[in-house]
Amino acid sequence: MKKSVITLVVVLAVLALFVAAALTGLNLGFAKVDSVKDGIVLGLDLVGGSEITYEAQIPDGTSAEAVSTGMESAQAMLRQRLDNLGYTEANVYLSGEKRIVVEIPNVDNPEDAVQKLGTTAVVQFQDADGNVLLDGSDIKSASYKYSAVDETGVAQHHVVLEFTDTGKQKFTDGTKAVASRTDGKNYLSIVMDGNVISSPTVDTKYASTGIDSATAIITLGNQKNAEYAKYLANIISAGQLPFTLSNVKLEAVGASLGERSLDTSLLAGLIGLILVCIFMICMYRVMGVISCVALCIYTAVFAVFLSIFHINLSLPGIAGIILTIGMAVDANVIIYERIKEELRLGKTLRYAIDSGYHNAISAIVDSNITTIIAAVVLWWQGTGTILSFAKTLLIGVILSMIIMLIFTKLLLKTAVGLKITNLKAYCA
Amino acid sequence: MVKKLRAFNFVKGYKITFTIAAVFIAAGLIGLILSIFGVNMFNFDIDFVGGTTMQFEMHQTVTSAISSDVAKITKDTSGIAPSSVTKAGDSGTQVVIRTKELDSETRDKVFAAVKAAYKLPDTDTPIKSDYVSASVGNDLKKSAVVASLLAVLLILVYITIRFEFRSGVAAVCALLHDLLTMLSMYVIFRIPFNMNFIAAALTILGYSINATIVVFDRVRENKKLNPKTPFGDVVNMSIHQTMSRSINTTLTTLFPIVLLLILGVSSIRNFAIPVTVGVICGCFSSVCISGPLWTMMEAKKKA
Repeated sequence: MKKSVITLVVVLAVLALFVAAALTGLNLGFAKVDSVKDGIVLGLDLVGGSEITYEAQIPDGTSAEAVSTGMESAQAMLRQRLDNLGYTEANVYLSGEKRIVVEIPNVDNPEDAVQKLGTTAVVQFQDADGNVLLDGSDIKSASYKYSAVDETGVAQHHVVLEFTDTGKQKFTDGTKAVASRTDGKNYLSIVMDGNVISSPTVDTKYASTGIDSATAIITLGNQKNAEYAKYLANIISAGQLPFTLSNVKLEAVGASLGERSLDTSLLAGLIGLILVCIFMICMYRVMGVISCVALCIYTAVFAVFLSIFHINLSLPGIAGIILTIGMAVDANVIIYERIKEELRLGKTLRYAIDSGYHNAISAIVDSNITTIIAAVVLWWQGTGTILSFAKTLLIGVILSMIIMLIFTKLLLKTAVGLKITNLKAYCA
Repeated sequence: MVKKLRAFNFVKGYKITFTIAAVFIAAGLIGLILSIFGVNMFNFDIDFVGGTTMQFEMHQTVTSAISSDVAKITKDTSGIAPSSVTKAGDSGTQVVIRTKELDSETRDKVFAAVKAAYKLPDTDTPIKSDYVSASVGNDLKKSAVVASLLAVLLILVYITIRFEFRSGVAAVCALLHDLLTMLSMYVIFRIPFNMNFIAAALTILGYSINATIVVFDRVRENKKLNPKTPFGDVVNMSIHQTMSRSINTTLTTLFPIVLLLILGVSSIRNFAIPVTVGVICGCFSSVCISGPLWTMMEAKKKA
């Protein structure tokens, strides 16, 4: 009895903690949790965001066909960049003949997004006189790394470029030419959109051979440059835009699903949850009450996790949430139906609870794992809006499985410990 | 009704349930097959096929009432219900209307109608009136299809490991049934086919497999307990034993979705309708299709 009371108090305290964290945020010193309101980025479809219009600077004499294929590849590249930069809930479409419109959810610094997205990403290796040795088309891939790159052994942020076959040849020839210069300018410059980002020296010992390597490293030095190095790797590997984009305007846009879409969805979710609770209590009495407590804990924990991972929440994300809540309740229904079956067979309450959980566990685990498989694949392969569905689904399913299997059993045993043992209370 | 259901043998009565299923999926399947031959039966929305965008200055803060009024004016003037009417501009005094493709004459008419209704200054011209491309590119469509197929394939592998291959095939067939029924809804009710379809389809993918697994889990258990009972009877018994779970879970999942259907704005409703249908189908197929199908394949193996 005493143990049960303690359990109950602990459970309620945990619930209160998570609800408080969800509402106000939490600062534990070593870890900070934003409140749900600040942490969750609401999607373009629910609350609107910013609309950026770019105009392509198309060189005179470009054929109409080349313009239209160029614009399409620019659209695809911008979408890739948006995914890489984490704006997965964005829209990109072409407007008129040479404008590209990007819609992104509300972000802290839209001007920064405008800059990063609109970068042409022309990468060039130049010698001291500005002659281009090789460019972006010679680069097969770019990736971000943090490790020691030279004999000092100090870890540095850097970008590893992998050349294509022709790129490799050009690199060998280029370094050979640079190394054999006699005016002392034995360096090459790596230039990104006209800005020199690195100027490594080529040792004169390579004067006769050139550097025979399929990769090159752009070092960026200390800690501060992690973000920039990642951004650089992303933007180089996404490829170079066919046209220079100039930013025409940046303006606010409203929710594409309509202004009232968020309020009405939240209201529907709340009433839905209450109805689920009423239904569960009617069907399963004490067990129903327990599942409601578990559901509340789940909802609060889920909200905190969405906030921690800064999930962009839009309609597909809400669909994922509805699905996970459905599955969380389903886990309870499966267990309680099994317990009722055992009780009908005349088993004791304690035995029925144990064997109910025992028998239900394989169904719950198998159905949740198939869902986890689906979520992982969608996260891995999906782009854009599919990602937010996959993320909410994966987080939700894992949390619900843990909470429903462990928490409810604990609470149910507590209820028995508190001498709630009348079988009618379990709706036998 | 309940008594009849309790006595119904789902395995032996497959002719009835499979006929119902065939009717459900007919429209969706036909629509899908015809689309291969270039005949379109779906109401593709602007994010799939592109369209027109118009932006007007309204000289007042755009409320949701104004948005829906402008949507109505657009529909009355052009004959096409806009895909979205949203507010824009830094002070929120502009509307952006997105519709399927309208020629410039119709666009002018829409602007004239809005101008008249809101007594806008005569000198005003549309801020924007342009063609827009599809925002869901081929790459996005391809990645959605590839990701879903890969997910289904891996689920099939998992079910094969935990159950057996034939049960996995039956589960995937039930899933296909649910998705095709959802497609039927899009064809019959002309629901705008847009990005939200992908969200709805993924939701049903998860729900349908989940429902089938719970029934199959019981089959697996009962098969071990009753090794001598014919497989069809084991399946039928398992379906009946999991029936209250199937119904209760479907009901609880339906509560929030049906409420979205009742309370939601029209665009949300366009998402809630197919999901509601999909959830009901997921229940139907897990009870009436996947089990009998598994039994049939099992019988084929023995024959």
